[in-house]
Amino acid sequence: MLSIKNIHASVEGKQILKGIDLEVKAGEVHAIMGPNGSGKSTLASILAGREEYEITEGSVSFLGKDMLELSPEDRAREGLFLAFQYPVEIPGVSTTNFIKTALNEKRKYHGQQPLDAVSFLKLMKEKMQLVEIDKSLLTRSINEGFSGGEKKRNEIFQMAMLEPKLAILDETDSGLDIDALRIVANGVNKLRNNERAIIVITHYQRLLDYLQPDFVHVLVNGRIVKSGTKELALELEEKGYDFIKDELSLAEAV
Amino acid sequence: MKEELDVLEQTVSSDYKYGFVTDIDTDVVPKGLNEDVIRIISEKKNEPEWMLNWRLKAYAHWLKMEEPEWANVHYPPINFQDVIYYAAPKKKKQLGSLDEVDPELLKTFDKLGISLSEQKRLSGVAVDVVMDSVSVATSFKKQLSEIGVIFCSMSEAIQNHPDLVKKYLGSVVPMTDNYFAALNSAVFTDGSFCFIPKGVRCPMELSTYFRINTLGSGQFERTLIIAEDEAYVSYLEGCTAPMRDENQLHAAVVELVAHNKSEIKYSTVQNWYPGDENGKGGIYNFVTKRGICQGNDSKISWTQVETGSAITWKYPSVILKGDNSIGEFYSVALTNHMQQADTGTKMIHIGKNTKSRIVSKGISAGKSQNSYRGLVRAGKNAINARNYSQCDSLLLGDKCGAHTFPYIESKNKTAIIEHEATTSKIGEDQLFYCRQRGIDAETAVALIVTGFAKEVMNQLPMEFAVEAQKLLAISLEGSVG
Ligand SMILES: Nc1ncnc2c1ncn2[C@@H]1O[C@H](COP(=O)(O)OP(=O)(O)O)[C@@H](O)[C@H]1O
Ligand SMILES: [Mg+2]
Repeated sequence: MLSIKNIHASVEGKQILKGIDLEVKAGEVHAIMGPNGSGKSTLASILAGREEYEITEGSVSFLGKDMLELSPEDRAREGLFLAFQYPVEIPGVSTTNFIKTALNEKRKYHGQQPLDAVSFLKLMKEKMQLVEIDKSLLTRSINEGFSGGEKKRNEIFQMAMLEPKLAILDETDSGLDIDALRIVANGVNKLRNNERAIIVITHYQRLLDYLQPDFVHVLVNGRIVKSGTKELALELEEKGYDFIKDELSLAEAV
Repeated sequence: MKEELDVLEQTVSSDYKYGFVTDIDTDVVPKGLNEDVIRIISEKKNEPEWMLNWRLKAYAHWLKMEEPEWANVHYPPINFQDVIYYAAPKKKKQLGSLDEVDPELLKTFDKLGISLSEQKRLSGVAVDVVMDSVSVATSFKKQLSEIGVIFCSMSEAIQNHPDLVKKYLGSVVPMTDNYFAALNSAVFTDGSFCFIPKGVRCPMELSTYFRINTLGSGQFERTLIIAEDEAYVSYLEGCTAPMRDENQLHAAVVELVAHNKSEIKYSTVQNWYPGDENGKGGIYNFVTKRGICQGNDSKISWTQVETGSAITWKYPSVILKGDNSIGEFYSVALTNHMQQADTGTKMIHIGKNTKSRIVSKGISAGKSQNSYRGLVRAGKNAINARNYSQCDSLLLGDKCGAHTFPYIESKNKTAIIEHEATTSKIGEDQLFYCRQRGIDAETAVALIVTGFAKEVMNQLPMEFAVEAQKLLAISLEGSVG
């Protein structure tokens, strides 16, 4: 589904990603872990098409298409969803209206009619239950004055509504208390299926306890330095990133 | 909600939609201004002598005045001798019904999406159409006259209701008020007249579509609306103008008089040709709009959506004379490319317990300049006067400007005047967030702007709100990306 090959990216002349390779297949859940500043959000941003990052080398294909050729909106319409680390407030635009617009833009792209009001409401109701989001949030301006947890839950709600083929969750767990974390994780679990791939960016084990990823990758200083199964995450939790760094410097020393 | 999205879809077409010229035989008085021109105008309109004298007095006064320069707008000097002051579609014969209206004219209305028959059938709106300077069609007049409402062109009012016109014309905006009002008083050609008698609630929205149609002809509309005790009227003014290369001057005067316990709601969607991207062409819109809450417990409410004109200079105001009277001003002013707008309101509190509310939303894009200018004055007898003003500016890009000039004058310790202002910018982060959800930048801007302006749009009658929303989206085309 997603094939990242040797991606190098920089911002303001500073090299941040230094050769990333990653293969993600339908139905898989991948976790990307790594210390702050290692380039995790940068990777998510270039996949979503943020223009301030310059891709200096490498390629990305998504569902057989050259993803780097697509505009951010077309990537989204093709089925890419990014749950933002810092969801953006848009005063005056209600969450409902925002999602409805997004959904109908996507439908238009695929040659479908806009969803009528009744079907839309029905869909909303169904998905609201799934992610246990409160109705009152949906009439408010999107993300405006939302608590950290509400913003994250709203991201997962949008994911549920838009039914992406590939979802990238950028630190959706950070800033959540244990109850909120459970709710968000449950929501994500319910959205897992054979056709959908999920990339979870986090630096804590606790979300992964709920999600049980198929693969774990460790991103340090712009490179994936280690990949493994969910046991790798446990090991990291136990020993910290230093153990990888130590391993790395050992390897480099050899 | 559905309409909202349809509206957004239309943002893809990008030329000024109403840029076309209707080919109608016009009856034009030569360019330039002097006493003789005024006499010709008055004569062509078959006016009584008092009207001519009134005009001549205004003209004499205008000659002594100077063009104002205090507004935050810049334009080359206007040559008032290069303006055509009168142009009327030639009447082939007296029109008995709409079917007899010049088909070219009807076609124009079709292009504008305001075909009269449609309007009549669908929305029950009475439309008094002002094409250039003379009203050529008036509908629903009969229905209105049965309940005593007078809704006609100003020319007809001068002929048929001279006492009312004499009593009220210039009573709110004196001919000496300002440069453009004096000019208008001297040369106004037509406009609308509305009189709602005591105790009558006008059962339909009264609506006028103004349209400039003769190359180089100035528009000097004159509108007068009177609500007697306990009367109510909602009046809609909307305009679209054809694309032009040369600047066109538009200097209208609107006067509203609200007696005891009456209410006048005046809504405008202004879409005169704004000029092209480089600021070439476009209308100069210098308007004087003022209402007086003459009676106790009366209310005047101005709502405007301004997207057009190269230059807008306009301050719909309310004089709160009656005790407990209420004045409101809701405004969305959008400027793009090289447009300049200096608009706002004046709330003059004279009576006791008078209240006013100002909500102004300025949207600037391109290299445009958008200024809010508002005066709130509480006189010494305006005990317990209250004002609340909210002025928000939204910027798209960093080459445009938003300015706020609030003036507050209070001569009364019991008056409470509150002013809040915010400025925000549509940020890259917001646009990217929308795009990541599949909403392209142009649609995202329309969505954000619609949200920003919602509080004002909600004040508009439904069918107008839809049209106004379209205008906002269309006017912002090409402002992102
Ligand atoms: N827009 C930007 N401008 C300048 N530097 C940036 C920008 N975005 C990210 N960086 C830098 O790139 C590095 C990686 O950041 P990020 O991808 O956010 O890391 P992570 O998400 O792993 O914490 C950091 O050093 C950060 O300061
Ligand atoms: Mg990050």
